[in-house]
Amino acid sequence: MQSALSPAGPAARDIASLTTLLTIGASLILLLVMGLLLYGARREPAPVSTGLWVVGGGLAFPVIVLFALFLYGARVTNTVMAPPPPGALRIEVEGRQWWWEVRYPGAAGTPVVGANELHVPIGTAVEVIVTSPDVIHSFWVPSLGGKMDMTPGQPARLALHAERPGVYRGQCAEYCGIQHAQMALLVIAEPPEAFEAWVRAEAAPAQAPAEGDPARGLAVFMAQGCAGCHTIRGTAARGDLGPDLTHLAGRRTLAAGSLPNDAGAIRAWLAAGSALKPGNRMPSYAHLDAASLDALTAYLAALR
Amino acid sequence: MTRPSALPRPAGELERLEAAWQPPRGWRVITDVNNTFVGLLYIGTAMLFLVLGGILALVMRAQLAVPGASVVGPGAYNQLFTMHGSVMMFLFAVPVVEAMAVYLLPAMLGARDLPFPRLNAYAYWAYAIGGLAFFTSLFFGRAPDGGWFMYPPLTSTRFSPDVGADFWLLGIGFIEISAIAGAIELIVGILRTRAPGMSLSRMPVFAWAMLVVGGMVVFAFPSIILGTLLLELERAFGWPFFVPDQGGNPLLWQHLFWFFGHPDVYIIFLPAAGMVSMVVATMARTPLVGYGWVAGAVLGVGTFSFLLWAHHMFTAGLTKHSMYFVSAASLAVVVPSGIQVFAWLATLRRGRVQLTVPMLFLVGFFFVFTLGGLTGVMLAVLPFDWQAHDTHFVVAHLHYVLIGGMLFPLLAGFYYWAPLVGGRPLSDRMGRWVFGLLFAGVNVTFLPMHLTGLLGMPRRVYTYQAGLGWDGLNLVSSLGSVLIAAAVALLLLDIGRHLRSGGAEVDTDPWRAGTLEWLPHAGYGMRSIPRVESRYPLWDRPELRDEVKRGEHYLPGTVTGRRETLVTSPRRAEPQYIAILPGPGWPPLLAAVGTAAFFLLLTVKLLWLAVAGGILALVMLLVWAWGTDPGPGDGPAPVARGLSLPVYMTGRSAHSWWAMIVIMVVLGATFGSLAFAYVYLGLRAPVGWPAPGSSLPWGGWPALAAGAWLASSALMAAASRALRAGAMGWLHFLVAGGAGLMLGAIAVEAFGHLRVGLAPARHAYDATVATILCVQAATAATALVLALYALARVWRGLLDGTRRVTFDNMLLLWHYTVGQGLVGLGLVHLVPRLFA
Repeated sequence: MQSALSPAGPAARDIASLTTLLTIGASLILLLVMGLLLYGARREPAPVSTGLWVVGGGLAFPVIVLFALFLYGARVTNTVMAPPPPGALRIEVEGRQWWWEVRYPGAAGTPVVGANELHVPIGTAVEVIVTSPDVIHSFWVPSLGGKMDMTPGQPARLALHAERPGVYRGQCAEYCGIQHAQMALLVIAEPPEAFEAWVRAEAAPAQAPAEGDPARGLAVFMAQGCAGCHTIRGTAARGDLGPDLTHLAGRRTLAAGSLPNDAGAIRAWLAAGSALKPGNRMPSYAHLDAASLDALTAYLAALR
Repeated sequence: MTRPSALPRPAGELERLEAAWQPPRGWRVITDVNNTFVGLLYIGTAMLFLVLGGILALVMRAQLAVPGASVVGPGAYNQLFTMHGSVMMFLFAVPVVEAMAVYLLPAMLGARDLPFPRLNAYAYWAYAIGGLAFFTSLFFGRAPDGGWFMYPPLTSTRFSPDVGADFWLLGIGFIEISAIAGAIELIVGILRTRAPGMSLSRMPVFAWAMLVVGGMVVFAFPSIILGTLLLELERAFGWPFFVPDQGGNPLLWQHLFWFFGHPDVYIIFLPAAGMVSMVVATMARTPLVGYGWVAGAVLGVGTFSFLLWAHHMFTAGLTKHSMYFVSAASLAVVVPSGIQVFAWLATLRRGRVQLTVPMLFLVGFFFVFTLGGLTGVMLAVLPFDWQAHDTHFVVAHLHYVLIGGMLFPLLAGFYYWAPLVGGRPLSDRMGRWVFGLLFAGVNVTFLPMHLTGLLGMPRRVYTYQAGLGWDGLNLVSSLGSVLIAAAVALLLLDIGRHLRSGGAEVDTDPWRAGTLEWLPHAGYGMRSIPRVESRYPLWDRPELRDEVKRGEHYLPGTVTGRRETLVTSPRRAEPQYIAILPGPGWPPLLAAVGTAAFFLLLTVKLLWLAVAGGILALVMLLVWAWGTDPGPGDGPAPVARGLSLPVYMTGRSAHSWWAMIVIMVVLGATFGSLAFAYVYLGLRAPVGWPAPGSSLPWGGWPALAAGAWLASSALMAAASRALRAGAMGWLHFLVAGGAGLMLGAIAVEAFGHLRVGLAPARHAYDATVATILCVQAATAATALVLALYALARVWRGLLDGTRRVTFDNMLLLWHYTVGQGLVGLGLVHLVPRLFA
């Protein structure tokens, strides 16, 4: 669900009510103007009072309406801008060209790194610190609230507060290059116990691969140099140019929301990623023979 | 009342007037500089860009019609939307309203032409050649793809290594030149060439709108001139204005761009609002209600529009207080627009309205623009903007206000004023079809986008995922775009079939309008320049048509045998002197070719060819300039009974003096933007300013430089007095001395910085200081060249104590350069010391 008109949190709800009010008000004023136009154009000529029309209608009426609107808007602004309570969970999200690095606080100060998916507990406000090491992106999950630009050199913060469980889709909202259109993320809101369990699972390193294809797949992974870009905690792979893959198979999508996450999609991404998301930074692995591809796919698909 | 000139007119007077305004024959007509000729070309070229930009949009809509389409790939699509926005905003919207003013204003004001016809021609050709060359970058796949507002770091060399961004940056240069030239014409033309008796409070509302627009261009365009200069310096030389790791700031670009960008949309809207005021009055057959309020509102919109730029940055992390201020200002700007809307509605109420084609387009304007303005009010409310910003809701808003606020009035204007061009109107039937298709098309295309955006679809995406609720809406929008295309095609067909260009005299009155552009006219404009006593001279004195045609008013012929117009006083429009206007010639066109060649060849790094183009431009500019400043001639000449006027003016009343003042304000605003950049980066610098590793030079150097600047101004002022006294020896000595001191000031300042190791590619501090130095040097170089040029005219006997406009204008620039130099010194040397 990716819609400002389907709010799932208090901020989004306040803005949705504001939207309804603004839309009704705007529609009424449009009708008024068109009504006056038709009225004026179709009646017999008659003297008009500049005071009534120009000063009353053109000056006083907008001033009153807009002033009232400003005050109302300020109230909603204050509510929506309220910071999360002190001690709230703080997640760092870094916008990269065409994916999202997500960092949760971990034990002993080392963050728990993931990509393209955030989990949040329902019923509480979470603080998200957003930044970017490359170009300007924008973090936006419409069902949960407004957006915040991710400007290099200028970390910013926004609050996320989901009221009920669900999967909320967000998308980069600042043009950031060739694959801006396929830079989506998911926010999964779940009850606190489920959330805690997820955090614990995320913090754990990858399990050793099973015998057969998965184990062979790890060898392929290392031999092909994937560790130059990707990290898989629990292995020697410590690259940081691409997403952390430690718990890849636990995510609902691949390639920042571009593909579903199943074995077939993983294989397709490896073999033809530059056709699915042209211009993305990952090289193609179409040159791998079918057995290697199958093995690598099996390995990645097992990284829960 | 007694008419200014007596009948019968002398034999041959009309023939001499026609001869002076005769256009060149055959293909040489392209060297003509008559505003009607250039104006029609200008409008035509802008309409061409409407079609080109529109075709890009059709391809975009085809790609977005269904999710996951492959009409074009992402790389191509990103070039398409960048070019669509850039072409529409820079090559269509601003030029077309400028072009309407070029064509209509002189006639509306009772002038024969704009005050600087060759400047106007140069501006047009630079725009046409430069714009077309810029557009062709698409065919080589090298078009820019950073969006029409080109935010760094995406548009830095690191993330946009290809030449497209440079094309954009240097291509914008033409538009900047055209716009500034246009602003000079507008401001000087509206304030100094109105018909006698046309006081400011009798001037048509379109003239008020264009006067305000001229002022807005003067203050808004410099910001983007400076911004594009900085980004190009960063791309070409690595001067890190926008690189955070080196003291730069990406938000600096956004401030500079939108300080231009927001007034830009009002620069586009206000001329259209002016046209609405003109057409509404004629259609309702009654004077505009609340003229004073409307003129004030136009000024209000223009002024307020400079306070709103940051509403394009509400999600960029501004402080709460600045966002509140900008939100309030964004709401406040609605008020002067509302005043105009209600004045128009009142005028329609007061009068009797027939649903002619122009009126139909105005009805469309009221609906589409009001809807767009209301969504603008919504966007001004911060929390709503935080959802809607950068989504298709904004795409809907901007198209409603631009198409509603500018295109509909423009088309109303086309159908209204077409008979002026060649005596024939456009087709009534086709016009109604154009309206219907356009009105339907705009609403079918863009109304759904409000919803699409709120349902979560961002802007500038080449495709989207199915099943998010956007599929049907996008399909409807795409179908609507076909209707818009049909409307434009039909419009062009109508224009092509029915518009005739008049070489012969045009004497037509289809709407029975009240303003001066409807007087009988030919290439020379109106036969004689009328005395005006009200806002709607043709309504109050219908006999004016025949009087003017018979030559019973001012300047019924040509007194010097050349093209001329009357220069009048700024407030009450009393005649002051006759301005001799240039006729056809090659220099403006060739100078434009050279300018375009210089910028475009530099972009593709063909350095020597670019230099050749630059030399061509400079040579042509010198040839052009050499023909100016004709001197007092044979003395005052008769323009009416008992009224003889000089044909030459020096000092503060000269129209070129006023042009120089406008140029100085533009230069000052550009330098002001640079000063803003310096202060902004300094305030945002996390670790001190000057940056670590940079330092301020010894204070003695700038003190010395300041002294040199001041002395050079003093010497030049003395040189001016020497010129008046005819002391030519002293003149040379003082000019040489002043020049030497100016060079010395620059050299001392540069030396001081180089001694402390200024390294512009290292840190934004050094880069900004270096840019300030370069701007000083460039301004000084221009002043020095002008001083040498003035001396050259002295040597050739073309400049002396009475024939001295060239010297006076050079002196203005000289003093400006000194002032800029001193401000620059204070900025770089005093400000950091004060804040330490």
